[in-house]
Amino acid sequence: MSKERIKIAEELFDIMPVEYQDLVKRATYGNETRGWKDIGNAKELIEEHSLCAGCPESMAFRYILASLPNPEDTVMVGSTGCTSLVFPHVAVHNIHSLFGNQNAIASGLKRALSVRFPDRTKDVVVLAGDGATVDIGLDMTLQAWFRQEKFTTICFDNELYANTGGQESGLMQKGFVAKMAPVGKSFEKVRLPEIARESGCHYVVNCTVSKPNLVEKVIKNAIHVAREIGPTYLQLYTPCILEIGKNSMEGLQEMRDSEKPSERFAYKEFVSEPAKELLTEMAAKEKERKAEAKRQLAAKTVSV
Amino acid sequence: MATQASFIGQKNKKDQVYTDPWNMMYEAERTPSFFTGSEVIKEAVRRASCDMMVAYPITPQSEAAALCGELFAEGYIGDYFRGESEFAVMSQCAGAAFGGARVFTTTAGPGTMRAMENFPMWAGARLPIQMIVTCRGINSPLSIQPDTLEISYLMQTGMLVWHAETAQDFYDWILMGYMVSEEPDVHLPLALCCDGFFVTHTKDMVDLTPVDMCLPPYDPYRSPVPCMDMECPPVRMMRDPFVMKSNYISYATHASWQQEVWAAVERSRKHTIRWMNGLIDTENADADVLVVASGTAVSQSREAIAILEDEGITVGLVKVKTLRPWPGEEIKEATKHAKHIIVPEFNVTGWLAREVRSTIPNNERVHAGPHVCGGMTMPPEIIASEIKTLMGMKTETLSARGS
Ligand SMILES: Cc1ncc(C[n+]2csc(CCOP(=O)(O)OP(=O)(O)O)c2C)c(N)n1
Ligand code: SF4
Ligand SMILES: [Mg+2]
Repeated sequence: MSKERIKIAEELFDIMPVEYQDLVKRATYGNETRGWKDIGNAKELIEEHSLCAGCPESMAFRYILASLPNPEDTVMVGSTGCTSLVFPHVAVHNIHSLFGNQNAIASGLKRALSVRFPDRTKDVVVLAGDGATVDIGLDMTLQAWFRQEKFTTICFDNELYANTGGQESGLMQKGFVAKMAPVGKSFEKVRLPEIARESGCHYVVNCTVSKPNLVEKVIKNAIHVAREIGPTYLQLYTPCILEIGKNSMEGLQEMRDSEKPSERFAYKEFVSEPAKELLTEMAAKEKERKAEAKRQLAAKTVSV
Repeated sequence: MATQASFIGQKNKKDQVYTDPWNMMYEAERTPSFFTGSEVIKEAVRRASCDMMVAYPITPQSEAAALCGELFAEGYIGDYFRGESEFAVMSQCAGAAFGGARVFTTTAGPGTMRAMENFPMWAGARLPIQMIVTCRGINSPLSIQPDTLEISYLMQTGMLVWHAETAQDFYDWILMGYMVSEEPDVHLPLALCCDGFFVTHTKDMVDLTPVDMCLPPYDPYRSPVPCMDMECPPVRMMRDPFVMKSNYISYATHASWQQEVWAAVERSRKHTIRWMNGLIDTENADADVLVVASGTAVSQSREAIAILEDEGITVGLVKVKTLRPWPGEEIKEATKHAKHIIVPEFNVTGWLAREVRSTIPNNERVHAGPHVCGGMTMPPEIIASEIKTLMGMKTETLSARGS
């Protein structure tokens, strides 16, 4: 979809909802350099959310949506869980269908879009909880990777089933006492990043969402690699402050504590050889673009 | 986006001409061909301009699903792959349909049951996917034999459910099915069922439409809900998702959407009647005794009726073609004069008899049975003997036959 598509006829402009007017005037559709720095300066693709106050998932959503390289041609796929309460507010097409089937939906969707738009780039991005990704949907998560489906899978890892009230999940830490784990979880946190690597993902990152610039970088990398090469996986720690007994203001600190080098969300990355080549190429182009922008700015300054 | 009409007369990459569907089905010359049911499915799909098929092996649909793979290899289908389970397959079909593709799939028995969570989702999301169901047993111990019990589950999903008797029905209804289910005022998935093996694995003469004609492509912008392809402006769908609210608006929204789905099933009637010449077929409906049946039970009933005819007993027949929409009024009218209504079925519960009973007045006239299940055949003789017993005539018992 080009930005032209969302334009409103002049005569009708004032009767459109303010949010929509805003989208037309200030959205960053078509802006190749869009990123987290637009937050606060441009129209965001998410307005409000219905998560708990201070839930780190809300930050994660804002950073991710600001970082999509091609939102005007991106379709997102969600699953049931706290994220499904946010998607209806999001200004890119998104699909909720069932709990756990997100990677199956995305497989069909991505292929359909490739059949229908063979000469255009349509990105598909999955965003689902840890229960959806690792427990009920694990077969579909892995099988999409085995088949080398070309989309990005993002897991909001809050280490439990938040939406149903804090039950044990496969990504919960061993020993954690939760609903349905009344004497503590008896087995280790599933090592999905390693499994993703072995299952054929070309770009895998495990981190928190404490730093917006980092989120921007990994989102862009993951989407570009998925577009050109094959499946990619991001596991992002978005602690459920409600279920771990934190206050609204404490989400960020919880993430900072958990990303220390010895902790389970210390930055971890795997990049396949073809993905490395692609990312190096992209970095070189980006460097050239920045240098060019600098040169132009300098030229302008001189002529003034 | 070009409309469907603008495609008519143009050629696809296989040199087939996108043809006005009515001309293709009713005016173009037909070629009689001797094919298995599975081959007939392939030939229909060849002419259906499908964008996507997702396959998974389960007897008795595996052959048809694999034959469609050959069509993909030849370039007749946009994309094709084997999913990892029927649950995943039906979600993959959903993803493709959300993305604006015309989608085809096939399943049977335990596959239908494994995938069940998807079907009300398909209907609620208004995805006009076509699924062939070649019915087989779903019980334990394991059975691969014909048995139509699974249809009764599909009937509550909000999908259109049709029950084909012959390979010819199958051929025509696959193509007509897309025309009905893609209508903007319908836009629902279709479960096109048949009795496994009896239809899939037997050879029959089928009149095929010309191989160089195909349906116009699906137009996803004739849908009552937006296509998820980012080709139309995304809207914020709601301020607060209804699932979060326990209030009247939330209930009313869900309730009215369910009602709308079922209203869409009803709205499919007029299109179905036009394409299939009615939701039921009748023969000798003014006879005192009527058989009401669907699927293979219709063929067996025809044989039974012929046996009785030889003995001077006239029995009428109502062939039920669509189960959803349910041809209640039609059946009521057709059975108006009948004193006895016999409903033979290939399943243990007798779901068709239950539906008929809930539709017509004086329903003590409905006799549920004979029933066979688990792969047993239904010899016409047992239908005939059941009818005679009902009429108070003497008949040989089955054990007497055997001794
Ligand atoms: C088939 C099915 N089983 C169970 C549920 C109930 N359910 C809804 S959300 C959820 C938990 C979601 O957990 P997760 O994926 O980790 O997301 P979170 O809420 O933690 O973000 C469950 C079990 C459901 N909706 N569907
Ligand atoms: S329940 Fe937990 S994960 Fe869900 S919105 Fe609240 S804090 Fe966030
Ligand atoms: Mg979770």
